[in-house]
This record gives sequence, structure tokens and C-alpha cells, in this order.
Amino acid sequence: MSVKIYIPGDSGAVAVGADRLAAKLETELNKRDLDARIIRNGSRGLYWLEPMVEVETKSGRVAYGPVKPSDLDALLDAGLLEGAEHPLSLGLTEEIPFLKRQTRLTFARCGITDPLSLEDYRAQGGLAGLTNAVAMPPEAIVAQVTESGLRGRGGAGFPTGIKWKTVLEADGAQKYIVCNADEGDSGTFADRMIMEGDPFVVIEGMVIAGIATGATKGYVYLRSEYPHAINVMNRAVEIARENNILGTSVLGSPHGFDMEIRVGAGAYVCGEETALLESLEGRRGVVRAKPPLPAHKGFLGRPTVVNNVISLASVPIIMDKGADFYRDFGMGRSRGTIPVQIAGNVKHGGLFEAAFGMTLGELIDDIGGGTATGRPVKAVQVGGPLGAYFPRELFDTPFDYEAFAARDGLIGHAGIVVFDDTADMLKQARFAFEFCAVESCGKCTPCRIGSTRGVEVIDNIRDGIEPDKQVALMSDLCNTMKFGSLCALGGFTPYPVMSAFTHFPDDFRPASMSQAAE
Amino acid sequence: MEKRPLDAEIASTTQAIVARSKALEGPLLTILHDVQEAFGHVPQSALPVIAEGLNLSRAEVHGVVSFYHDYREAPAGRHVIKLCRAEACQSMGGDELAERLMGLLGLDWHETSADGAVTLEPVYCLGLCACAPAAMVDGEVLGRLDADAVSELATVVRS
Ligand SMILES: Cc1cc2nc3c(=O)[nH]c(=O)nc-3n(C[C@H](O)[C@H](O)[C@H](O)COP(=O)(O)O)c2cc1C
Ligand code: SF4
Ligand code: FES
Repeated sequence: MSVKIYIPGDSGAVAVGADRLAAKLETELNKRDLDARIIRNGSRGLYWLEPMVEVETKSGRVAYGPVKPSDLDALLDAGLLEGAEHPLSLGLTEEIPFLKRQTRLTFARCGITDPLSLEDYRAQGGLAGLTNAVAMPPEAIVAQVTESGLRGRGGAGFPTGIKWKTVLEADGAQKYIVCNADEGDSGTFADRMIMEGDPFVVIEGMVIAGIATGATKGYVYLRSEYPHAINVMNRAVEIARENNILGTSVLGSPHGFDMEIRVGAGAYVCGEETALLESLEGRRGVVRAKPPLPAHKGFLGRPTVVNNVISLASVPIIMDKGADFYRDFGMGRSRGTIPVQIAGNVKHGGLFEAAFGMTLGELIDDIGGGTATGRPVKAVQVGGPLGAYFPRELFDTPFDYEAFAARDGLIGHAGIVVFDDTADMLKQARFAFEFCAVESCGKCTPCRIGSTRGVEVIDNIRDGIEPDKQVALMSDLCNTMKFGSLCALGGFTPYPVMSAFTHFPDDFRPASMSQAAE
Repeated sequence: MEKRPLDAEIASTTQAIVARSKALEGPLLTILHDVQEAFGHVPQSALPVIAEGLNLSRAEVHGVVSFYHDYREAPAGRHVIKLCRAEACQSMGGDELAERLMGLLGLDWHETSADGAVTLEPVYCLGLCACAPAAMVDGEVLGRLDADAVSELATVVRS
């Protein structure tokens, strides 16, 4: 039997040469007349080791990385196909500490299987959740998801079960499940990884959501910046349709559910659920006032569940292993596991799925290994462009929705971006305003105008023009935006701005003054 | 207002695209993506055809086209470089790389070189934040960019 070699087709791996590597290996295998087959799996999420090559051996999968095309000759000579020793050897994949320390529930298959092999998916536990769900009354599915403690992973942390219950109880001949795959936050890539690496789990989660709420149609709103994910999801939907996971009779049951992939057009605000619905309907992505909630009047005015990719992808395991199993992970009101994305200036950047409750410091120093540049960590931004910058003094904050909120931060989509001591926090605060100005939907004044004024105010601080007055103005502006904005784009931009100022006040002194202070 | 005859090819291609997607729930973005795919931009003369096909006003269609960053009014260069400018890429020296690339190409954001070889665009996160700084060139993703990679990129797109 031919040896299985895995090279990720994940765009993170492709971005650092995985396609070229796979092509070269194919050629080499033919040239040497070796009996091996290359499988393009998802990524395990150890991005500093990508492209990471794995070989299936009798004792398990053995990893090598990061592998360049020019390494292949030596690797094959050393005995790559037998999992032999080589300077690039990482040993058994499962034993790599970064992976071994994780609890992979949602990402259990990602990086292990061929993403588009339904056979692999089933063999690794896929469809067990859906099989249970089709035999249950909707109320029981909703109850199980509620009891699991699952909260929305898209940012707001709203309990998924409660959202589903509202839609289940809403009147309407046609209801919808909308999967929010707009993942626009810097430092986040979990949605992309799961869509590219295990697309069927997203589909399975959506079908379960449909059965639970009485929705028969689903849409994935997928950002255009993710062409690989769009391809994989489209093909996965076709395969699911051919195999009765989608269609008029889901797994042979009386339940019908079908879905489509829709591509966004480059607008950050379209990740906000009501702007997303407007966009899906074919309009400008302008935020709608709530109420009415999307659960009552969503897509085309009909009851709609809008859930993040990871929220939906976490449902199959809950339906498979039970609410208690999931709930037993985590701390406080943050239950289950969270795929933390460690990115930016960090040595070991990647996806780390673990139960809630690890401290920020553990994640950055221990798991992430500190900065890539080897300099001291100065600040970390958690939760994307609307998240706060935390200094080292706050590294004891546990990863938990409430604990972050208590320190004026947010978990958001659980992306962490690390900065070393060369970072200029005034510049980062300026960027936060600038980003808000570029991406504002324009509906409300504090966000539309305030963001532009914010950039000017920060420029004045930098230039030393009446700095004290300007700082007061900045705080005032942030206050107005925080309380006067309709959605979190305008409402949360004050988090990065004010946290940068609060924790790194030295960076906000004009150059002449900070020099004088030294 | 001056009435210009519609470019026949744009009209017929757009009509076919509209016909294909009209039955979707909320078809407009899909149609605009297909039109841009067909012409490299969304031509002005396609707007009335779409508006008529979907029973919208031309202003409504224009409003949608102008809202989104993806839709172009004019064709892009032969190569399109989208350089990530978001935080994770900033933390790895993305701003310096951006300066360098702009210098090498002699272009500012959203500009196309006079010879039509290359268009430079900012993008806010490509989901490659653990391999920062990142870019997308003609739809291909690139990570762990450094000064040399950027120089090479500038040379390749201009040759
Ligand atoms: C400006 C803005 C951008 C957002 N972007 C996203 C996004 O990219 N993905 C996402 O799932 N939620 C995003 N959200 C949150 C959504 O509005 C919504 O809360 C979420 O999709 C609900 O799903 P969940 O309950 O499963 O988290 C964003 C919110 C705001 C205000
Ligand atoms: S806060 Fe900004 S993005 Fe949100 S609704 Fe208001 S203008 Fe639109
Ligand atoms: S911030 Fe640049 S790829 Fe995410």
C-alpha cells in the first residue's frame, strides 16, 4: 500500500510555499519511483512550522517542518517515507508540545483529514451529531445546545441556544440560518482554517441549526478575501448535496435543508449581523437598528439565526458527546473550548484550542514563546481592531468573557496580536480611528465623523499642539462614540484608543516632552 | 443628460449574467461579482441593465457598487497587489514594507501604474496573521514577506 504524505492546502501554508512544495515532491516521487500519495490536508495550525509535511508510519504520523522545496532531496535520501530522522524532524505530530497541550473539540479533524473526503469525515466522528439530531424534536436540540453553555464565538458571546429558541418560537413559513464567515478582525483565522480544513463540520452545524429552528435554507456569507475557503466550501456543499446531508431529506429523515455560499465584497462592517443581512439581500451594508432582532425579522424580513462559523462548527460535537461533556470544559460562564489565534510578532503563531481559563500570559509567553523578533513584548491586542491593547501587567487575565470585560477588554473572536517594544502605541491608536473611518457604514454621526476627528486629534497630540487639551478632546470623543454609536464599530473603537492611552501614556507625549522627561 | 448608446457587448453579457442569477434571494452582489469577473471592473453601462433586470433604480445599484471596496470603476492593472495593512502585519513591520513597495512601484494606494502593469491596493487582513506580513498578488497568497521578497515582487510585476 502506498505511503500517505500530508502537505496542507490551507492558505496559510500555501502562502509560505506549500503548493510549490507539493508539486516538487510529486515530481521527486515519480522520479524515484516511490509508492506514495500526497494528501492536501488542512493545517494543524502550527504556522511557524508551515509548510509542515507529515508522513503516516506504523507508530503514527511523523512531522517535518518548515520544509522548503530544496530540502526534499535530503529528506527523501534520509528516508522521509519511513519517518526517518532528519534535522527538520519534529517527531510524532501528536507529541509536539503546542499540539499536545490543546483540547481539540471543534478543530478535532482539522489538519488530520482530507477536507473534502466525506469518508475521512465519517471515519473521524463526523455526522454523529447530525445523526442524533435528526431523530430528536427541535426543542430537545435547542435544549442541548443551551445546556452546553455555548456562547457565540463571533464576538458578542451571546448564548447560542437562546438565539435558536427565539427563532424556533418565531412564526414564519420560511426561516433561515446564516453563517457569518466575514472574519474581518486582524489576528483571526479560525473561521478560515475550519472552512478550508474541515468544511463538513460547518455544514453539519448549519443543518443541525436548521432542524432545531425549523429553517430549511442556509447561507454562508463568506468574505472575498478568502478565495481558498470559498472554493473548498462550494465543493463541500456539492458533495454534501450528493450524499443527502443537504437536500429534501437530510440523512433520509423528513427534514429538508439546503444552503448556498455567498461572497462578500470587501466591507468590514458587513460582519455586523444586520449589515451582513442587508448585504446578503443585495444592498449597501448599512447597520439596521435593533429591534427587531434578526431572530424575528432577519433575512428578507424572516426569522433568521445569524451565527459565527465557529459557533456552528462547535454544535456537532455537542450533539455527539452531549451538553455536559462540552460544558465541563471552561470556567465561570465561559464554557467549552475556544480556538485562540495567536498572531503578529510572536515566535509560535497559530491556532491553539483550549478550554476557557488559561491566562493571557500563558498563551503569549508559554505557548506563543514570546516575540518573533526576540525583543520584549510591549502590548497585545485581543479581539481584533475593536479590542483593547493590554500591557504585560494584565497578563494574569484569564481567557474568559467576563474577566476580560472587567479589565475593559474583550475576547471578541479570540485573536491575539502581539507587539514588541518597538511598537508605537500612539500610532496604533491613530490606526484604530483611521480603520473606523475607512470602514464606517455611515449611519451614525459619532462613528462617521468622530473617527475622522479622532485621527486629527491624535495627529495634534503627536505634533505637540496643545497636548493636554487634545487628550481631553480624545477622551470626550471616545465617550461620545462609545455611547452614541449604533453598533460596535463606532462603539468599540474607543477600546483600542483608550487602552493604548491608559496603559502606554508615554507614547502620547509629544516627542519634545518625552525627550525632556528622559 | 447626454444619452450614450450602451456598449452592445457589455449589455448582452450583463443581461446574461442577470438572467442567470435573477432567481436567487438577494442576487445583486453575486451579479456584480460576475460582471466584474467578466470585464475586470463594473462598467457604468452595466448599471442600467442590472437595474432594469432587478427592478431597481439605477441610483440604488450605483449606491451598492460604490459602497463596497471590491468593485472597481475602471479596470485594474495586469497585476493586482493587495498588501495587508492590519494590525498583525503592522506588528511585523508591515508599514515599512508598504513604504518600500510604494517607493519601488512609484504608486500610492489604489493607483495603477501608467503602463497598466500593476495596481496597488490596501487590504485589512487576509487571515494569514500568523504568517505576517502578508499580501495577495493576482489572487495568490504570500506570507512572511520581507524586504527582499517585496523587491522581487516589484520586479516581477513590472516585467
Ligand atoms: C463591526 C462588526 C463586525 C463584526 N464582524 C463579525 C465577523 O466577522 N464574524 C462574526 O461572526 N461576527 C461578527 N460580528 C458580530 C456579529 O454582529 C454577530 O454578533 C455574530 O455574527 C453572531 O454570531 P454568534 O452569536 O455565533 O457569535 C461583528 C460585529 C460588529 C459590530
Ligand atoms: S457605529 Fe459606525 S458602522 Fe456602526 S452603525 Fe454607526 S456608522 Fe455604521
Ligand atoms: S493582519 Fe495581515 S493577514 Fe491578518
